[in-house]
Amino acid sequence: MFWIILTAILVSASCALVGSILVMRKQAMLSDAISHAVLPGIVIAFLLTASRNTFPMLIGAGAFGLLTVYLTDLITRKTKLFEDSSMGIVFTTLFAIGVILVTLFADMVDLDQECILYGEIAYVPWDRWLFMGMDMGPRPVWILSFVLLLNIIFFLVTFKELKIYSFDYQLALTMGLPMAGIHYGLMGMVSFTTIASFESVGAILVVALIIVPPATAYLLTDKFLNMILLSVGFGVLSAITGYFLAVWIDSTIAGAIVVMTGIYFLMAYIYKVYFDEKRQGLDSQKNIVALTPK
Amino acid sequence: MDGIIQDFFLLGDPNVRWVLAGTILLSLSAGILGCFTILRRRALVGDAVAHAVLPGVAIAFIIVGDKNPVMLLLGAVVFGWIAMLVMENITLKTKISTDTSIGMVLSVFFGLGVVLLSHIQNSGNVNQSGLDAFLFGNAASMLPFDVIVFSFVSVVVIATILLNYKEFKMLSFDPAFGVSTGFKRKRYEFLMATLLVLTITAGLQAVGVVLMASMLIIPAAAARYWTDSLSVMLVISGLIGIFAAVVGSFVSFSAPAMPTGPWMVVAAAVLFTISVLLSPGRGLVGNYLRKRKQRQKSFKENILKYIYKSNEKNIDSKSQLQEIHQKFGQNGIRVQPFIDKMLNEGYIIRSNGLIELTQKGEQEAKRVIRVHRLWELYLSERLNLKSDHVHDDAETMEHFITPELETELMNILGKPEKDPHQSQIPY
Repeated sequence: MFWIILTAILVSASCALVGSILVMRKQAMLSDAISHAVLPGIVIAFLLTASRNTFPMLIGAGAFGLLTVYLTDLITRKTKLFEDSSMGIVFTTLFAIGVILVTLFADMVDLDQECILYGEIAYVPWDRWLFMGMDMGPRPVWILSFVLLLNIIFFLVTFKELKIYSFDYQLALTMGLPMAGIHYGLMGMVSFTTIASFESVGAILVVALIIVPPATAYLLTDKFLNMILLSVGFGVLSAITGYFLAVWIDSTIAGAIVVMTGIYFLMAYIYKVYFDEKRQGLDSQKNIVALTPK
Repeated sequence: MDGIIQDFFLLGDPNVRWVLAGTILLSLSAGILGCFTILRRRALVGDAVAHAVLPGVAIAFIIVGDKNPVMLLLGAVVFGWIAMLVMENITLKTKISTDTSIGMVLSVFFGLGVVLLSHIQNSGNVNQSGLDAFLFGNAASMLPFDVIVFSFVSVVVIATILLNYKEFKMLSFDPAFGVSTGFKRKRYEFLMATLLVLTITAGLQAVGVVLMASMLIIPAAAARYWTDSLSVMLVISGLIGIFAAVVGSFVSFSAPAMPTGPWMVVAAAVLFTISVLLSPGRGLVGNYLRKRKQRQKSFKENILKYIYKSNEKNIDSKSQLQEIHQKFGQNGIRVQPFIDKMLNEGYIIRSNGLIELTQKGEQEAKRVIRVHRLWELYLSERLNLKSDHVHDDAETMEHFITPELETELMNILGKPEKDPHQSQIPY
């Protein structure tokens, strides 16, 4: 139980970090796209190394995550399609190719759609990492700690750049900041986080943890740093309460954590829309903006 | 292989008939409806609704206790609707952007569905096996009854679109204008959302949650490349959907382990790629070739003009090949192929290592200079631009002015003698 909750906490913290940037940049659906599109990358890594080794899978998934971002950008730039259409085309096609590859090499690839969609966090404690004959504890915990560390380092090193990147991309460009590097760096982190997480918790939980806690935080604060800290807080809280909900109603842990993120959002939403008087003025402003054609 | 193709298209196997009919009906209505969703920038809403119906299916199952398809569909439709409402409310009432609210609804509803499904599984109800067909889709197991439901849905969808075509068109292109003429926007948004939910719910069993979204997006996006007219786009998109359905059903018929849905998506994606590259008018390949042709034409005309002008300034001197190479061979452009081509086409001739214009070449050079100077004159006389501002524009326009436009200019200006810089206009 300790290991399961720890895994869930690690996943939710990593996801909340990258997610808060995506939500601010209005690119939340990229996490959905990436979490589906990495499937062929995982299968190919699986076939090449003939093992369920995590690092080749991380690399394969990372490559396909970046490919999704790149292809979406490319199609949007080269055609007259809207970004959401091109994203939809890219990730569903890559996912379809992934499913076909899984079926094609079914006897060699020990993967099924269900494990990718749900993940099975309950098996985490039995997936041990044996290092030089020593039992080091559950393997996913190590991998997720590594990814979380990587995320924290990325955020500390590029904090200022990320802030400008989230709020004013054009300004960042004119300041000569390396935005392409930040963009693809962040997308790389999203891909890593997604794949490392969904091995244990499944694709949909990853999407929920990337989008919902940051969106909840976004409702409650206007400050960049506060938002990041609040998202991590909501993520961790959902992980812990989700576990106990799952035990209580006897269901999958991943799904229960998602439901908890939804409940916290609902609470924030009700507070914001019905009790926060300060927002009343803002509301009418927003309606004016919403009516102006883009 | 021939045998398989024959078996498939003769439709002898009743199973093939049902699968084919079911997938064709679904992708036809998804293709048609998809045109409206991508034009209205709602492409990913379909994805969210497809995920969000899962708790509806689970709750319907818990209430009814077996897999009655009508009840499951009903539950799904209700939750698809709730999902649409929630998304709209979040974007309207808070500062959260559309894509974030789509992602939230998608993942949270789906998570709720997963929780309910796992609860059902752990409850040990024997009827529950096969519920996950709603998740991943399983076209091969479609029953005649499913096909009847699908036909009903697609007839409703297509008929509603035909009957409300004008209103839906208004909704997709300029709802604000529509509202100003008394158009009931809310009513048609509601209608279209209902059609979307119906189609997605019906399609889930065939292609699954993730791939349902692509059957809404990809055929419509591909069709956009072939036409600017909505009605034609609907037809093309429907046809692409049908093609995808046939390919998907065929692959899973000839290799039974293969899933139908993913192959439908891949087939549609291949058609999309072909459309992006090759469609006339918009295709990337055609665009590239047209641009290259225009660039080559400009380059050729510039060389001719240069030869002609050096004759104009100093009647007897002939332009040296080297000068041309020096002037035009910048930025690594190879001039020789152009010169060879113009020699072949009879614009220029070589005499004693020098280059001269033929009569044809001279005429062409004169024409380019003429339109250049006419355009300069037009800009300065009619648009009152200063005469020192007009050259750069004319430098570009000279390559684009058609003979018709030239005649028009001449009519407006009355066959003038001199351009704003007092150079002779050659006729």
